[in-house]
Amino acid sequence: MLGLENIWLVPILPLIGAIVNGLFGKFMSKSSVTLWAVGSTGLSFFIAVIAFLNLLSLDARDRVFEKILFTWIQAGSFTAQAGIQIDPLSAIFLLIVTGVGFLIHVYSIGYMSHEEGYARYFAYLNLFMFSMLLLILGNNFLLMFIGWEGVGLCSYLLIGYYYEKDSASNAGKKAFVMNRIGDFGFLLAIMWIFWTFGSIDYTTVFPSASQVLPAGGFAVTGITLLLFLGATGKSAQIPLYTWLPDAMEGPTPVSALIHAATMVTAGVYMVTRCNALFNLAPTSMIVVALIGAATALFAATMGLYQNDIKRVLAYSTVSQLGYMFLACGVGAYVAAVFHVMTHAFFKACLFLGSGSVIHGMSGEQDMRQMGGLKSKMPITHMTMLISALAISGIPIFAGFFSKDEILLSAFLGHTKGNLVYWILATVAAAVTAFYMFRLYYMTFSGELRAEDQHVRDHVHESPNVMTVPLIILAFGAAFAGFLGLPIIEGGHALNNFLGPVFHTPGAPEHPHASLGLELFLMGFSVSVAVLGILVARHFYYVRPEAATEMAAKGGFIKTVYTTLQNKYYIDEIYDVVIVKPVVSFSRSFLWKIFDVKIVDGFVNSIASFVTDLSSLLRKSQTGMVRNYALAMALGGVFFVGLWILALGN
Amino acid sequence: MDSIPILSLLTFLPLAGALLILFIDKNNKGLIRGAAFTTTVIVFLMSVPLYFYFENTYEMQFVEKHEWIPAWGVYYSLGIDGISLFLVLLTTLITAICVASTWTAIDKHIKEFMISMLILETGMIGVFCALDFFLFYVLWEVMLIPMYLMIGIWGGQRRIYAAVKFFLFTMFGSVLMLVAILWLYFHLHELTGQYSFDILSYHGLKIDPSAQFWLFLAFFMAFAIKVPMFPFHTWLPDAHVQAPTAGSVILAGILLKMGTYGFLRFSLPIFPEAAADAVWWISSLAVIGIIYGALVAMVQEDVKKLVAYSSVSHLGFVMLGIFAMNTQAIEGGMLQMINHGISTGALFLIVGVLYERRHTRLISEYGGVSKKMPIFAVIFMIVTLSSIGLPGLNGFVGEFLILLGVWKANPLFAVLATTGVIWAAVYMLWMFQRVMLGKITNPKNEKLTDLSLREIAYFTPLIVFIFVLGVFPTPFIKKMEPSINHLVEQTRTSVVVQIENEKTADGKMAIAIKPPVDKTSADDGEG
Repeated sequence: MLGLENIWLVPILPLIGAIVNGLFGKFMSKSSVTLWAVGSTGLSFFIAVIAFLNLLSLDARDRVFEKILFTWIQAGSFTAQAGIQIDPLSAIFLLIVTGVGFLIHVYSIGYMSHEEGYARYFAYLNLFMFSMLLLILGNNFLLMFIGWEGVGLCSYLLIGYYYEKDSASNAGKKAFVMNRIGDFGFLLAIMWIFWTFGSIDYTTVFPSASQVLPAGGFAVTGITLLLFLGATGKSAQIPLYTWLPDAMEGPTPVSALIHAATMVTAGVYMVTRCNALFNLAPTSMIVVALIGAATALFAATMGLYQNDIKRVLAYSTVSQLGYMFLACGVGAYVAAVFHVMTHAFFKACLFLGSGSVIHGMSGEQDMRQMGGLKSKMPITHMTMLISALAISGIPIFAGFFSKDEILLSAFLGHTKGNLVYWILATVAAAVTAFYMFRLYYMTFSGELRAEDQHVRDHVHESPNVMTVPLIILAFGAAFAGFLGLPIIEGGHALNNFLGPVFHTPGAPEHPHASLGLELFLMGFSVSVAVLGILVARHFYYVRPEAATEMAAKGGFIKTVYTTLQNKYYIDEIYDVVIVKPVVSFSRSFLWKIFDVKIVDGFVNSIASFVTDLSSLLRKSQTGMVRNYALAMALGGVFFVGLWILALGN
Repeated sequence: MDSIPILSLLTFLPLAGALLILFIDKNNKGLIRGAAFTTTVIVFLMSVPLYFYFENTYEMQFVEKHEWIPAWGVYYSLGIDGISLFLVLLTTLITAICVASTWTAIDKHIKEFMISMLILETGMIGVFCALDFFLFYVLWEVMLIPMYLMIGIWGGQRRIYAAVKFFLFTMFGSVLMLVAILWLYFHLHELTGQYSFDILSYHGLKIDPSAQFWLFLAFFMAFAIKVPMFPFHTWLPDAHVQAPTAGSVILAGILLKMGTYGFLRFSLPIFPEAAADAVWWISSLAVIGIIYGALVAMVQEDVKKLVAYSSVSHLGFVMLGIFAMNTQAIEGGMLQMINHGISTGALFLIVGVLYERRHTRLISEYGGVSKKMPIFAVIFMIVTLSSIGLPGLNGFVGEFLILLGVWKANPLFAVLATTGVIWAAVYMLWMFQRVMLGKITNPKNEKLTDLSLREIAYFTPLIVFIFVLGVFPTPFIKKMEPSINHLVEQTRTSVVVQIENEKTADGKMAIAIKPPVDKTSADDGEG
């Protein structure tokens, strides 16, 4: 009964939860709200696992299942079905989304327990699950687009969850608008695809891509670049990344689920899903790889000196997403998906851990107020340490395997400029290790620096409902990497599973390196990471005063420090160069001068001219209405005459 | 259904209701309101079967034809096709909701107000059903007066200015249209020896291209002002700001569609060559309207003006779709007309709810309203999302199909118009934020009360349609598709005929003249 046939239940269940909690949550008890929200997600996870096992039991070539539910839009030759499709790629994302989603729902029970809008929160969260699952399971581009904008909406609603705070509502709006800029590209790409292929279904578009579109041609390059514009919005890449750090205004479980583990990886899903198109567009691949690598490093440096614990993690997310796009750009799609998976574990764990810290610190997010939490919050400490090691790329932890595979693919890749990307990404790896352990030491080691006595007295470990998800995620952060052991030939389970999806015409050959080179590169990236950790240890554990001293000296170091802390002033630049000019041009010129004075002024001057003329003729000033009526009559006669003359000739 | 003159009933039932109200004592406000509301609800309920009995062909249906002024060839002739069907349904729905919304908002001269409203409904339904130019024009003018009175009597501070401006703008276009109609009337007589105002007999009529240009322009002025297209839009913000809520809803929801309907019913099928020649500049004006309307909407300080300018932007999409002249784009345009009626109607009702409580429409007077009006906040949010075209809600389907069709006709226009989705998010969400989110800073907002049951009741059907049209648009599209395909055919065959004529005249067969529309004829021949 619970075979692939019923896969449509996976998105529908959270939707039901969202509707129930959205409409009736106000009148329901907290426990029934929880039951609907967490129960529906749990059930959906369960069905997803069954579906996954069913898929595994099929022959590798037959692992595609499609089911059409109804016709959504049909207009002339254009058809968009409401249909779902599951294949190995969507199956992996399905497990990540439902699994991590379920854990975060559970965690939220504890984290949000004191909130007034408990039902509203879960309604949004469930709606998010629905949209995200639709995005992954949709069988055509337009359905992906509904999910795509749907997750954007939920992100908007959840970032602005504390809507009375201006910073929160600003952040929500910014996220939505920035995403819309990306969606603009996505939408155009869909139109272009339709008029090129006559269809927007994956099953029609991808298999025929290499016949319909000449490789390297204008069309395929245009389509893929527009798609990638969409991805830069959703997945917070240069130049549209600035919304993600601000998105931290939302509740922390939201940051973990939406702004780390799932939604922001939608761009990676999209690019990997469209690998058949990207493979045909070498120029686009360069753009993807370059943007990915540049974002990986650029965002990592911005994370260096943030003091808000969540902001550090936010920049780290942007940076890690950069790695995933770098992988896509060099054709290492499996590595990209692998990193999505390991990242989901360790980043969700880090965010939930930071949430646990914030919870224990009575809402404090500034790491300068923290310290010494190791003994007070042992479980949070241990899980975060594991995840920090994972993201830094220390061997045996999950992040090591996926990141190493990306670095290796970049080094050996065929995309132009691959060594540049490799250098950028390797430097970023060192920076990542540094800021993660800066975060770790500032939070957990040394003495508690909080000034507020109330905060000091109330530091406590979080309840089980929050720590159990942490432990499960930390377990994944520690061991999920073994799914993709790179060295053992033929043993790369993930590679074998995903292989058929990425085996499309034009797909780059999987680069082979000698074992020696592979080991050397691995050793190199590990030593770089260890170096980063050691530097962080020096400045934030061994000699915590060193950092302040250096910054206090002024000069170049001080400038770098301020620039980084102010995120290279990118937000300010966008504001001055784009936002303010558009608003003031629209207000001062378009509206107040062009619309009011020129267009309307012209009309009014005709009216008053006719009015003056009429008062001259009749010399009776009997009020506006009459004058206007007369003006109208005269004007009418005038124009009728003119028209008859014109037609007559 | 054939035996019942359903369209006549729909058209004149409101008028009968108005006559009935005439005999009610003007102080018996409850009875007046009840009578008006009952009438509009009955009209709505009677219009619903139209949808179900409507057959999926392009032929005019529920046709009624009676001699009226035989000497002039004037007939009382009504009928609807897939284009007018939905506009009639939209009219009956929106009018009933409007009457419900005036329960407490209108308190002076209720009797006169309700009578105006019902006469207006007769005019609106009639205009969409009329198949005779004479009847059409009479009803078109009839509509003008109640709307003029609604703004002029029940409006705001500068109501007289706004009412006269509305009247003059519309009159200006109407007069031009009248001249063009008369020219056509005599031209038909010249060609056939018959006097007839039958609209359908003008479809495909052979008209000299240079005369077509002037006639097209005359109709264009009448309809473009009504839509309103940039740069003929400046009457709209004034009219909306001054009009009472119900007036704005009718104005935005229905009256603006008279313009776009006019293009579909008259301009395209009667003057296909002139329309084809006009594609580039009308599309340009439409695209300017989309972006310009959005940018000006963004910086408005008055919520109602913001919504008014957003209409300029939304109707720009409709115009762009109509003049892409292919199936998807025109279907998208039709859907966008319906969606705009629903979403913008709802937006004006939302502004009305706020205005009734606070007597101001300035955005800066609000802030943090969500806290006090949570149910209102949900409805406002849904309508906002519908207005910015969130997929899954109604606005998206129309906008997407328009853009899809426009891409086929001219990708550059599609790219420019698609930026509209970004601007829409900017101005709507910014407005929503300033009105609804944040902390309450103005103490006057502390006393705000959430929606009453009556208010929830009149928003409900709109919200339902927002979802239904977003998730299940196909049944609606299926009903309009034959008519729209037929229209697309009409615009193309005429062009082909013209090309062939020119070829024979010149004697040069080798030169292929390709007018802009011809590019679209590759569209999969589903027509």
